[in-house]
Amino acid sequence: MSIKHGLLALLERGPSHGYQLRADFDAATGAAWPLNVGQVYTTLDRLERDGLVAQEGDPDAEGRIAYRITDDGRRELTSWFRSPVSAKSAPRDELSIKLALAVTTPGVDVLGVVQTQRTATMTGLQELTRLKTRSTDPENDLAWSLVLDSLVFRAEAEIRWLDHCEARVARAAMNRPAVAPVTPAPAPAGKRGRR
Amino acid sequence: MSAPVLLLSGVTREHVQGDVVVHALRGVDLAVHAGELVAVMGPSGSGKSTLLHVAGGLDTPTSGRVLVEDRDLASLTAAQVAAVRRRSVGYVFQDLNLLPSLSALENVSLPLELDGVRGGMARRVARAALDEVGVGAFAARFPDEMSGGQRQRVAIARALVGPRRLLLADEPTGALDSTTGEEVLRVLRARCEAGAAGVLVTHEARHAAWADRVVFLRDGVVVDQSGPAAGVESLLAGGAV
Repeated sequence: MSIKHGLLALLERGPSHGYQLRADFDAATGAAWPLNVGQVYTTLDRLERDGLVAQEGDPDAEGRIAYRITDDGRRELTSWFRSPVSAKSAPRDELSIKLALAVTTPGVDVLGVVQTQRTATMTGLQELTRLKTRSTDPENDLAWSLVLDSLVFRAEAEIRWLDHCEARVARAAMNRPAVAPVTPAPAPAGKRGRR
Repeated sequence: MSAPVLLLSGVTREHVQGDVVVHALRGVDLAVHAGELVAVMGPSGSGKSTLLHVAGGLDTPTSGRVLVEDRDLASLTAAQVAAVRRRSVGYVFQDLNLLPSLSALENVSLPLELDGVRGGMARRVARAALDEVGVGAFAARFPDEMSGGQRQRVAIARALVGPRRLLLADEPTGALDSTTGEEVLRVLRARCEAGAAGVLVTHEARHAAWADRVVFLRDGVVVDQSGPAAGVESLLAGGAV
C-alpha cells in the first residue's frame, strides 16, 4: 500500500494537516492499515520535496502545518488511479514459499501445514465478516466496506488455493509408493476419477 | 450449557456402489446449539450433503447416533421421524424451495396448517416470520414475482416458522450474486442469533465465514475446524490426518 498516494487522494478533498490526514486515512480504510503520525509527516516531507504537495498558509495556533496538493501531485494521483496494482504481496509469498518448502522437505506433514493455515485464514475471514455485521448502515460506510470486502475476497482466494493444495498433495501421495523419495515438486495431477 | 439442538455422534454412512463400499461419512461428531450457526465446507464428494441429510432424518447413518432436540432418530418409528422432520427441522436449498402456485404467505403458513394450526393463526404466525426476514411487504407475491434473494428469505422464514429450531441450509446462496447472497446470509445469521440452530453447507469460504464455527470435511472426515469453539469440541476427529 502506498501511503504517498493515500495522502495525495485525501489532500485532493482539500488542504489538511498531518493529524487530520491520519484520522481521515483510518476512517476511509476502516483502520485496515493503521498509520502512525510519524509515517504521515515523513511522507508529507517527501511529497513536499518532490513538489507534489505544498504548505498552505502559516502554522495554526497549535503549530500544525496544513498541506495542499499541487498540479504535479494531482497528475501523480491521476496516474496512480489509472494504473493496476501489482500483485506482489509479501505475506502471500511467504505462504507459497513455506508450502513449496514443506513439499520438498522430508518429514513435513504438508497436509497439517495446509490445514493449520486454512484454519487461521478462516478464523481471520470470520473476524472480517463479524466487522461487517457491526456496520449498521452499509451504504454510509461504503469506502470502509469495500476495503473490508477486498480483504474478505483475498482471504477466500487463499482458502481456495489451500483447498487446491490439499487436493494436489493428497493426490500426489496416492500416486506415489508408500515411502516416497523426496522430489522437487509434487507429481503432476493426471486425470483421475473420484475414489 | 443446554443440550444441543443437533448432535451427531460417531456418525458413519456407507454407500455400496457395485462391489465398492463408499464411505460418505466416517466417525463424524458435531454438536450445534441454539443460537449457533455452523458451516460445513469441503470439496464435492467430501460428505457435506450426506451430513445434512443425516442430520435432518432424510438419510440414516450406517452407525453412530443422530439426536435432534434430544430425540435419537434411530429409536423412532418412521412416522415419528417424519414428525421430527416436519416440526423440528427446516430446510433451505439452493433453489426450488417454494411452491410456485402459492403466495409467499401461503408457502410459509402451509407447514403450520399441515401441523393442525388453524388458518387465521397460521397466517398471523407466517406474517410475523416474513417480517422477521424483511420480506413482510411481499407476503401476497408469488415466487416468480420475487427476486432470488427475496425467495431465499421466504424459504428461511418457512424453515423456521412455528416451533422449528433447526435450520439446514444446502448452498442457499448458490444461485445468487455476491451482494444478494450476503444479504441472505445476514438474515440466516440473524435468525440463528435469535435462537435457531443452523447448519450451512457451502463450498465458498466467504459464505462459511458468516458462521460461528466452520467445519472442514474431506473424504467424510472432519479434518479441521475454525471458530471460537475450535478445540473445545475435543470429540471431533480433527487433526487426525
